[in-house]
Amino acid sequence: MTFFGNGAWWWPYLFILLAGWLVTDAWRFLGVFIGGRVSEDSDAMVLVRTIATALVAAVIGNLIVFPGGALAETSMALRVGAAAAGFAAYLALRHSMLAGIVTAEAVLIAGMLIGRTW
Amino acid sequence: MSGGPSSPITHLSTATWFRRGVRAAFSLPLLMLAGAHVGFAGLAREAGLTLTQSVFATGIVWALPANVVLVGAIIGGAGLPAAAFAVALSSIRLTPMVVALVPEMRGSRTRTWVLYLLSHFVAVTSWVIAMQAIRGVPREMRTAWYAGLGGTLVLVNMIAVGIAFELAGDLPPLASAALLLLTPIYFLTSLWSSARERAGYVAMVLGLALGPLFHLWTPGFDLLAAGLVGGFGAFGYHLASRRRDAT
Repeated sequence: MTFFGNGAWWWPYLFILLAGWLVTDAWRFLGVFIGGRVSEDSDAMVLVRTIATALVAAVIGNLIVFPGGALAETSMALRVGAAAAGFAAYLALRHSMLAGIVTAEAVLIAGMLIGRTW
Repeated sequence: MSGGPSSPITHLSTATWFRRGVRAAFSLPLLMLAGAHVGFAGLAREAGLTLTQSVFATGIVWALPANVVLVGAIIGGAGLPAAAFAVALSSIRLTPMVVALVPEMRGSRTRTWVLYLLSHFVAVTSWVIAMQAIRGVPREMRTAWYAGLGGTLVLVNMIAVGIAFELAGDLPPLASAALLLLTPIYFLTSLWSSARERAGYVAMVLGLALGPLFHLWTPGFDLLAAGLVGGFGAFGYHLASRRRDAT
């Protein structure tokens, strides 16, 4: 039942439909259904938001600590440092996402160049 | 911006507001989102997805966190139920977003099926743009405007993923690594921006730390475990801080 566990050409698409589309649009349809009837400030909505936020944050943490591809060739200190520098720039420059991304990428690229050259 | 003078005025203005929605899509948030999708293309390719599968997932799921969780589950060798459960948990956040947007979008003549159709476009970027700008759109034209906005965002990002997927194979390691860092940094900043209460910040910090920890302890269930433990932990903080404020 894994993504690569079936040789049929349609299996990956069915996997994406069931494990991606269905369980995502179902929540959107629920939102239309209850639209305006549940208070955004209710405890249930707060819990919904904290679980979803923690889960996506866990993905971010894993992508930085256990990356794939070319990023896996860099040291963990460099990746965490680049992410931390980007986040600090984002906070310092009035929540500018662009500043955060540019800073993180600059630190990563500089670190990789320095590591390779010297 | 104007059609022929002979076109019926309602038809003309619907098309006009659709086009204004299309124009509203071309913005800094789209540039950031496309950048994060370029990173996603590299991630999907790394995971072993094909070009068409990656573009298909981009458009049909249309929530980058959900897609990143899906590809993360695929990389981890998760079965269909575990992958679906993790993606479902990450997508619950869409319900309160749609709940907030629907009353803004509904006009007196809006059919409900149109709202169900348009809800597919709801994800962080289109939601942020819509919540800021939709009040400047006449109420009866809001669905047309949002269709233009959402449809454009989906289409542009599907194209971005397709192009980036093709190019990702030929990139030098430096560019490839920079590409793969885009997605986590985009989410690091956009997730912080979208937090509604302080508990959201707590949830994010807990998730960042617990994800890698659970990855070592319980590979395959790391996302679920970190989401539930971090989510309930932050919710406990929310309840405790409210009680403290009350006394």
